[in-house]
Amino acid sequence: MAQNYYQKEIETMAPEEMRALQSEKLVRQVKHVYENVAYYRDLMDKKGVTPDDIHGIEDLHKLPFLSKADLRDAYPYGLLAKPLEDCVRIQSTSGTTGRRVVAFYTQKDIDLWEDCCARAITAAGGTKKDVCQVAYGYGLFTGGPGLNGGSHKVGCLTLPLSSGNTERQIQFMTDLGATILCCTPSYAAYIGESLKEMGYKPEDIPLKAGIFGAEPWTEEMRRGIEESLGIKAYDIYGLTETSGPGVAFECSEQTGMHVNEDHFYAEIIDPETGEVLPEGSKGELVFTSLDKEAFPLLRYRTRDICVLSRKKCSCGRTLVKMAKPMGRTDDMLIIRGVNVFPSQIETVLLNEGYQPNYQIVVDRVKNNDTFDVNVEMTPETFTDKVSDVVAMEKSLAGALKTMLGINPAVHLVPPKTIVRSEGKAVRVIDKRKLV
Amino acid sequence: MAIKQLTVFVQNKRGSVVSVTDLLSQSGVDLRALSIAETQDLGILRLIVNDEKTAERVLTENGYLIKVIDVVGVKIADAPGKLTEALSVLDRADINVEYLYAFLARTERHAYLVLRVEDNAAAESVLSGAGFKLITDADISKL
Repeated sequence: MAQNYYQKEIETMAPEEMRALQSEKLVRQVKHVYENVAYYRDLMDKKGVTPDDIHGIEDLHKLPFLSKADLRDAYPYGLLAKPLEDCVRIQSTSGTTGRRVVAFYTQKDIDLWEDCCARAITAAGGTKKDVCQVAYGYGLFTGGPGLNGGSHKVGCLTLPLSSGNTERQIQFMTDLGATILCCTPSYAAYIGESLKEMGYKPEDIPLKAGIFGAEPWTEEMRRGIEESLGIKAYDIYGLTETSGPGVAFECSEQTGMHVNEDHFYAEIIDPETGEVLPEGSKGELVFTSLDKEAFPLLRYRTRDICVLSRKKCSCGRTLVKMAKPMGRTDDMLIIRGVNVFPSQIETVLLNEGYQPNYQIVVDRVKNNDTFDVNVEMTPETFTDKVSDVVAMEKSLAGALKTMLGINPAVHLVPPKTIVRSEGKAVRVIDKRKLV
Repeated sequence: MAIKQLTVFVQNKRGSVVSVTDLLSQSGVDLRALSIAETQDLGILRLIVNDEKTAERVLTENGYLIKVIDVVGVKIADAPGKLTEALSVLDRADINVEYLYAFLARTERHAYLVLRVEDNAAAESVLSGAGFKLITDADISKL
């Protein structure tokens, strides 16, 4: 299979050369931040670190971390490293988990972000001959603008549909022959269902690839989307704090996402101690922006839990690969001493034929954790016998026990009684008061 | 021969049953019989109504999970020993009753049994063989 690179010299750079490049950029970036961002300068001063202590990537661990809380404290301008007159754009998070994050971009920041998205589109087989339908939201959300810019750079004919209005999506997709679809995986699944309802078969549409991200999804979901749309589905990762989508992207191997580490240096740390963990360890992902001018975050804790790997990839890229995040440090529950991620529960539900509509309720009764999982009954399995329902609950509890190592109480509930996901559903209710 | 039973999945919490019966009464559906099986979390409502098509449509439109199944309806005399007699007939034929419920007719001196069994045809054949009168949806709508 032909390997498609957008910036081959970077994407296939020898690891030692990459490290030298990263080191050079880091030294420059730390100076830039120290001189222009009082907030971070204070953090460095408190830690007793100056730019003179940073000679290369090997010194990165000396620098203080930034967390989401810092971003809130410094809102809106506290982490800005360029005069506003040099900035050309902001993007912002939804702000559903607290105060919103506003990130600033210079034109150069936008360019490198769009390059990252162009690498992702190219890795998914995109060329200037493709028609790329961008069904991520446009606006403050980074999804639409990022992939739109990447699509332009590759030279695709770009269809800037933004999200929603599924009928119109399908009309453009079929009339103009979209070959690449960019959106959230849940929306891709929805478009797939709608196409089927409208009588289309996967072979009726010219779509060949999809680039899906901005929310957690499972391998089962990937298979479902690939089947319903007749495409190869590629994962993409990013966050507004560093730029947006394109921080990491999947190649034809589909075994993890290559990090654009010439721009974003990735570390895995122990979320408790902050210690840097060796390659292959599971821990919290931390990014350092090596090139960003306006909003250059150093050692930003993403709260995503994942693993990095430098194993040789069949696509020829040498960029380090990150596994799909297994959850977030703030999603992780410790129940009866066992780490439980909601994403694991979702995987079991899909495997057992349930919709991923569930709610986890954890409480503590007489010093013991209670662990309840509410799951919506499916019309296909509903019967008039209570014994059948009890048997289904038992069987699902058994499957969850196998995955998690602890036994939940499963409760089947009527359909649509668990609030539907608008991206941020309340999946976990933790009633334990542990202080 | 069998009659239609409407099965509705609800949560076992206050107001679950009344919201179902309320929807049915608003659409002019008359309940003939109602039985509820419940666990700590959930309830399964089993309904015999005069107009099962309307009931199914209204409840589905309102987001309820519904299953319509065939059950056996038997008319028995409203007198001591009659229920035992009917059940003995089934027992002798090795027919297991999953669940049952009964209701009285307003005017006649009769009771009606609703029986959930694995094999409706087998149950109907032994019951009518023993002289019991089976009822149909048409009978139900006339009650």
